[in-house]
Amino acid sequence: MNAVEVRGLTKSYGAVEAVRGVDFDVRTGETFGFLGPNGAGKSTTIKILCTLAKATGGSASVAGFDVQGQRDDVRRHIGLVFQDTTLDTYLSAEMNLRFHAELYGMPRESVQPRLQQVLEMVGLWERRASKVLTFSGGMKRRLEIARGLMHSPRVLFLDEPTVGLDPQTRASIWDYIERLRKEEDITIFLTTHYMDEAEHCDRIAIMDEGKLVALDTPAALKASVGTDRVTIRTDDDDEALVRLPGAIRTSEGVVINVEDGEAYVPQLFESLGVPITNVSISRPSLDDVFLSYTGRTIRDTESAGPQLPPFMAAGRGHR
Amino acid sequence: MTTIAAVAIPRRSITLDLRAVKIVMQRDLIRTYQDRTRFVSALVQPLLFLFVLGSGLSSLTKGSTGPIDLRTFMYPGILATSTLFTAMFSAMSIVWDREFGFLREMLVAPVRRSSIILGKALSGATIATLQGVLVLLLGFFVNVPLTPGLAVQLLAEVFLLSFTLTSLGLAIVSRITQVQTVMGLMQVFLLPLSFLSGALYPLSNLPTWLGIVVRLNPLTYAVHPIRTAVFDRLTLPDSVRAQLNPAITWFGWSVPTAVQLLLVATIGLTLFVVAVAQFQKVE
Repeated sequence: MNAVEVRGLTKSYGAVEAVRGVDFDVRTGETFGFLGPNGAGKSTTIKILCTLAKATGGSASVAGFDVQGQRDDVRRHIGLVFQDTTLDTYLSAEMNLRFHAELYGMPRESVQPRLQQVLEMVGLWERRASKVLTFSGGMKRRLEIARGLMHSPRVLFLDEPTVGLDPQTRASIWDYIERLRKEEDITIFLTTHYMDEAEHCDRIAIMDEGKLVALDTPAALKASVGTDRVTIRTDDDDEALVRLPGAIRTSEGVVINVEDGEAYVPQLFESLGVPITNVSISRPSLDDVFLSYTGRTIRDTESAGPQLPPFMAAGRGHR
Repeated sequence: MTTIAAVAIPRRSITLDLRAVKIVMQRDLIRTYQDRTRFVSALVQPLLFLFVLGSGLSSLTKGSTGPIDLRTFMYPGILATSTLFTAMFSAMSIVWDREFGFLREMLVAPVRRSSIILGKALSGATIATLQGVLVLLLGFFVNVPLTPGLAVQLLAEVFLLSFTLTSLGLAIVSRITQVQTVMGLMQVFLLPLSFLSGALYPLSNLPTWLGIVVRLNPLTYAVHPIRTAVFDRLTLPDSVRAQLNPAITWFGWSVPTAVQLLLVATIGLTLFVVAVAQFQKVE
């Protein structure tokens, strides 16, 4: 049985189609990454899977339960960590977890041992009596992960688990997620728009403008876009684009994907016929994967926003 | 590495829903206990009404209230008004929960929404009743014959009233996402509800329009039983009783206290159902 099965899922907010027919499976036990710029439809998809929003069309099941018809069953088997904190900061860390245990109807005798286990896992056992408002951003996120795990969910949803955290804290959150995979028999479904973080996933799906544009392992996706990426700046980019079939223009210059970058560059200088002012070669990253599947870098989409008329772009903030 | 005992969450049952009600209440009570200053400072308003406004006005009204102190007359209304404020502000806490995200944690749990809202309504009612205990003590200073029997009766009425008012508050704020908005909105309800309830003046000889509006205000039917409970324990000439605590009439029929309380309870349950339906809606 797959942990998550999604078939033909659509979701519209009025005239805005946030999700436009999505199909995928998440295998039991894997860490599945959901990538895409803000407004791509990731959060809407997650909301539907978590029973927080109703799909307009299609179906989805989580842990074997239908998200529309078996809402409570889904809820008992998932853990959720949202982008924005949902802790009661005036209560202690322990009280937040106890509240959760009561709300989920955990058997009373299992609460205390489980509480200790999850707090130790995220390194907050010593701070259990402190009010959450004394915690740093990273500690709060760790506490939310611990809380999401309290009731031993089959699937843990992490919506942008590291957004708004400094790089060091982001790295430590990933250490905890890695540990969690080893210690708990659990499927992790996460969204991120940090490409480097997607490397931690077993498989990733790229979502853009409400559709899935790619789904595979990070290695396979990188292999699919060619081996090396050559970026050049020239005196006449338009002319260079004409002379280089397959090249794309980005904010960093003209980009060409080739088999062997080091051997390609000297040839390029000789044959291009347009003066080159700058050149760089990089191994493909998931950024390049994103670029090749969507025609934009993820940073371009972040700064420029989706290429939609302004009234639609405003609606997409809805996610 | 220790193996983690997988916790099996049982299916939904009445027991689980009651646990949810209890924990939602418990959290609000803990929060109130932590914020004792606010709990006590809510006493300022009844103190002002009773001892400043009440004492000041009694020099004006001397003679017209007969053998009874104006403040004794005002006391039941002030008990009801302070209940109104505390209960409505308790309901506001759900907007804070929404703004700070915690509401989401409650709404994704595998329990009925009605359990969460019931927990909120009961915690609002409990906090307002505890507040009522403090206001009750003020009765000693304004010649209210506070026997244990009267105290129990008043607190029971305050509890019923505060459940209704918290439900009203929850129904009002259910769609509001910002604390700022709700502050303004509450002002629209609080003073009109209290001024139009007969809390501060007797219902005899009112101008026709005011008489009608007062009869349409649910709070009237909570203030009157509270005042009647106090007046029943005072020795007064019938004329004074008729002037200061006249029966509420519907087209000539004097509405009995039991019917008034039933009315408050029915309105409370209806508002509770409305509040639950509001929170039930899924995106």
